[in-house]
Amino acid sequence: MQLYEMTMHEVKDLLKQNKASAREVLDSVMGRIEKVEEKVKSFVTITDDLAYDKADWCDREKEGGTIKGIPFALKDIICTKGIRTTCSSKMLENFVPVYDATVARLLNEQDGVLVGKLNMDEFAMGSSTEQSAFFPTHNPWDLNRVPGGSSGGSASAVAADEVFFTLGTDTGGSIRQPASFCGIVGIKPTYGRVSRWGVVAFASSLDQVGVFSKDVRDCAEVLNVICGKDPLDSTSVDVDVPDFTSFLDDNIKGMRIAYPKEYFGEGVDEDIKKAVKKALKHYESMGAIVEEVSLPHSEYALPAYYLIAPAEASANLARFDGVRYGFRDFEAENVVDMFSSTRAKGFGPEVKRRIMLGTYALSSGYYDAYYLKALKVRRLIYEDFARVFKNFDIIISPTTPTVAFKLGEQSDPLTLYMNDILTVPVNMAGLPGMSIPCGFKDGLPIGMQIIGKAFDEGTMLKAAYAFEQTTDYHKVKPALEVK
Amino acid sequence: MNSDFEVVIGLEVHVELKTKTKIFCSCSTEFGAEPNTQVCPVCSGFPGMLPVLNRKVVEYAIRAGLALNCEIAEFCKFDRKNYFYPDLPKAYQISQYDLPICKNGYVEIEVNGEKKRIGIIRAHMEEDAGKLVHQGTITSTPFSLVDLNRSGVPLLEIVSAPDLRSAQEARAYMEKLRSILLFAGVSDCKMQEGSLRCDANVSVRPKGQKEFGVRTEIKNLNSFKALEKAIEYEARRQIEAIEDGEEIVQETRTWDEEKQVTRSMRSKEEAHDYRYFPDPDLPPLRISREWVEEIRRNMPELPEQAKRRLMENYGLSAYDADIITLTPDYLAFFDECVRFYPDAKTVANWMMGELNKYLNQNNMEINEIKFKPAHLVAMLKLIDNGTISGKMAKTVFEEMFNTGKEPEVIIKEKGMEQISDTGALKAIIEEVIKNNPKVVEDYKSGKKKALGFLVGQVMKETKGQANPALVNELLREYLNKE
Ligand SMILES: [Zn+2]
Repeated sequence: MQLYEMTMHEVKDLLKQNKASAREVLDSVMGRIEKVEEKVKSFVTITDDLAYDKADWCDREKEGGTIKGIPFALKDIICTKGIRTTCSSKMLENFVPVYDATVARLLNEQDGVLVGKLNMDEFAMGSSTEQSAFFPTHNPWDLNRVPGGSSGGSASAVAADEVFFTLGTDTGGSIRQPASFCGIVGIKPTYGRVSRWGVVAFASSLDQVGVFSKDVRDCAEVLNVICGKDPLDSTSVDVDVPDFTSFLDDNIKGMRIAYPKEYFGEGVDEDIKKAVKKALKHYESMGAIVEEVSLPHSEYALPAYYLIAPAEASANLARFDGVRYGFRDFEAENVVDMFSSTRAKGFGPEVKRRIMLGTYALSSGYYDAYYLKALKVRRLIYEDFARVFKNFDIIISPTTPTVAFKLGEQSDPLTLYMNDILTVPVNMAGLPGMSIPCGFKDGLPIGMQIIGKAFDEGTMLKAAYAFEQTTDYHKVKPALEVK
Repeated sequence: MNSDFEVVIGLEVHVELKTKTKIFCSCSTEFGAEPNTQVCPVCSGFPGMLPVLNRKVVEYAIRAGLALNCEIAEFCKFDRKNYFYPDLPKAYQISQYDLPICKNGYVEIEVNGEKKRIGIIRAHMEEDAGKLVHQGTITSTPFSLVDLNRSGVPLLEIVSAPDLRSAQEARAYMEKLRSILLFAGVSDCKMQEGSLRCDANVSVRPKGQKEFGVRTEIKNLNSFKALEKAIEYEARRQIEAIEDGEEIVQETRTWDEEKQVTRSMRSKEEAHDYRYFPDPDLPPLRISREWVEEIRRNMPELPEQAKRRLMENYGLSAYDADIITLTPDYLAFFDECVRFYPDAKTVANWMMGELNKYLNQNNMEINEIKFKPAHLVAMLKLIDNGTISGKMAKTVFEEMFNTGKEPEVIIKEKGMEQISDTGALKAIIEEVIKNNPKVVEDYKSGKKKALGFLVGQVMKETKGQANPALVNELLREYLNKE
């Protein structure tokens, strides 16, 4: 078995026992990237020189952090000091931050080895990574298909064994959906659990940084590094961070699992429903109590999301005006023209669509009917979940209504937005959610979504781990071919 | 101005809170630094940067609110005010929209002996923008530069009710507001540095009419004088327009200092839709009553209290006390003088007379002057002990103001000591009597006024340095003897 094929915790053991050096691990990973990157196109930037410096440093130092010597990569929305951070947009094509995002700093401090920055839908707006201004990323399970989005590069890189883990961001499903499409573990922690400082904002009240990994243990170990209150992010919450690996056992006897009937409705692929129902049976056989529940306001989540998220985005992305950094249209004759032509040329169509949507939703005369009403819906969705969580420990559903679709197949924005229908409510309620592999349809992975109580990622991880340890879905590897 | 009309004015005042650091980052707020030397990724709106509220700003806002008799909200939040401008790095300003920190306050003013209470609708916290630097004028400049030192400096916007009825009242309100904020210790209120700025909403209506007329908003009022002049001009313009049968258009106007007129900037239709919405980066703010009470307990003496103290302890008139309490520095100067020279009325007279004269002439604030309260006290004592006359003291004062020298030194250097030496004076008096036999005759025949002429002659001979009381006494002695 090659080093790059292993999980992070397996490699950590080898490094600890001096059976491999950080340089060897990096060599293995770099060799893999060289071999497969052309096919999957996960990376926007590869930082090999910096990575080798760090790996050699790891080999020299006796002491080290919890992920010492482990190659990882970051979604290109997470700012990295001295390394360009593009958000896969022409607007920031040459933008080099002078600061590290808090999560980048934390991983660096624990001596992880950053090997590059990952492709995404421009400014995290999209569900296929086709909205990248540079190039689309391909799904390792079928190179003709999308990896999902917006954190598509983060998912494909882990699925294709290019790195051991990656970070992405999830505003409406942007971690869970690509994790599902790529057959790996993806977690969006509770809103406020992980600092957003230095992560370019899409919709501030919904954005959350999370992890992609090859298995649940790796996921828990990375969460241990990135979670916690950050004084620089006023929305991060000061709640104790447990050792997430302490939840990893397969004793789920008596765990109360709910499955919402609305999440198994029309529009969700029958095979996906079947796979998740089968997983629920599996849980039952392990001693869990499984019951159907109702989250009655689910159907309003998506329309409300597509008002709130664009509204916040319209303000968050207003700073890209060509004045201080990033792309500027130098042909403009005056300042007003410069603003508009910079933004007209710098942003892609989906970003512009959402900015216009959000601007409209906040406009005087429409605010109450759209934005304010959406906030009320958000409250109802939160209350739906709160009601269920009075009697249950976790909620399980499919992650996505379909498996990975073909590149170019979903060109209509509305169809594309439907991808988020099962994941968006979790962001609206600020809850933690994750996706783990639970089956295949025509050789393409199916993802199961696990939703937890606020700040109770532990129970969610426990359930995920129990399933993973008693099934083999996570062990199947993609062939990196066109099907 | 046509007295059939009534002018209605409301003021929106922006005051810079004098915290050491900015409202959402730790950059310095110091005025006058090199452009873009007090900036960081947060206050220059870099991607991924988040605001962290400076608690000192909230404390100052509460203190200002209490000083302005406002209610302090238990729950307030920050909102984003969206508009594009090159000096606004995030393209939105973090402000407070529907839930401001302070509301329903008032300020008392006095104009022409009449007291009046001016309502304060609200006061809210917000961040300042940067500024543009043009080469020449904004329309002729080939390019403009952005200085973000001011971006993120904390402001309190104080919105008055439309209770003001004349330019004079507006000015009085503004001056009172300034003095209260200065005493509360929350701002330097320097109009020339932009730490106190004001927009005026002006409308007119026929006397007796209940409804307000259409209002215009005047921007760019950088001094008390500009405020007064602009309102006078604008009210006159509106009245004349109405009398000519024209309609007033709701619009934003700017004060042209050079031409002393207001000019249209943009109409209501062109007004921005700021698309306010709650800032998701900042959790709502809960303000505990304990905190508010603690701030109330530690509130410095405010102008009204100081004024009462001056009237009760020193018997100053309301008018004098008002002037002395215009700024805390001015009051501190007075208090320090009175500690060593208890004749408060005399101290007040010198401050309001000579001191103000030179402050105004030199366009200076009292904290910028070269001499100390001790100098003034020493000078007053020299008058009392007869070393200098009151008239000479004015010369001493001017010199003291210009050089900061001690009065004793000035008197020595200028040889200004009053001649109180009886011997020296006697010789001069004898001479004057000898040279004016006619006047002496007049005096002796009962024309007591003649004495004044003789005193004048002695003073003239001594170049004003003779102690006039002594001259009087000696002259009378001589004349009665003869
Ligand atoms: Zn700053």
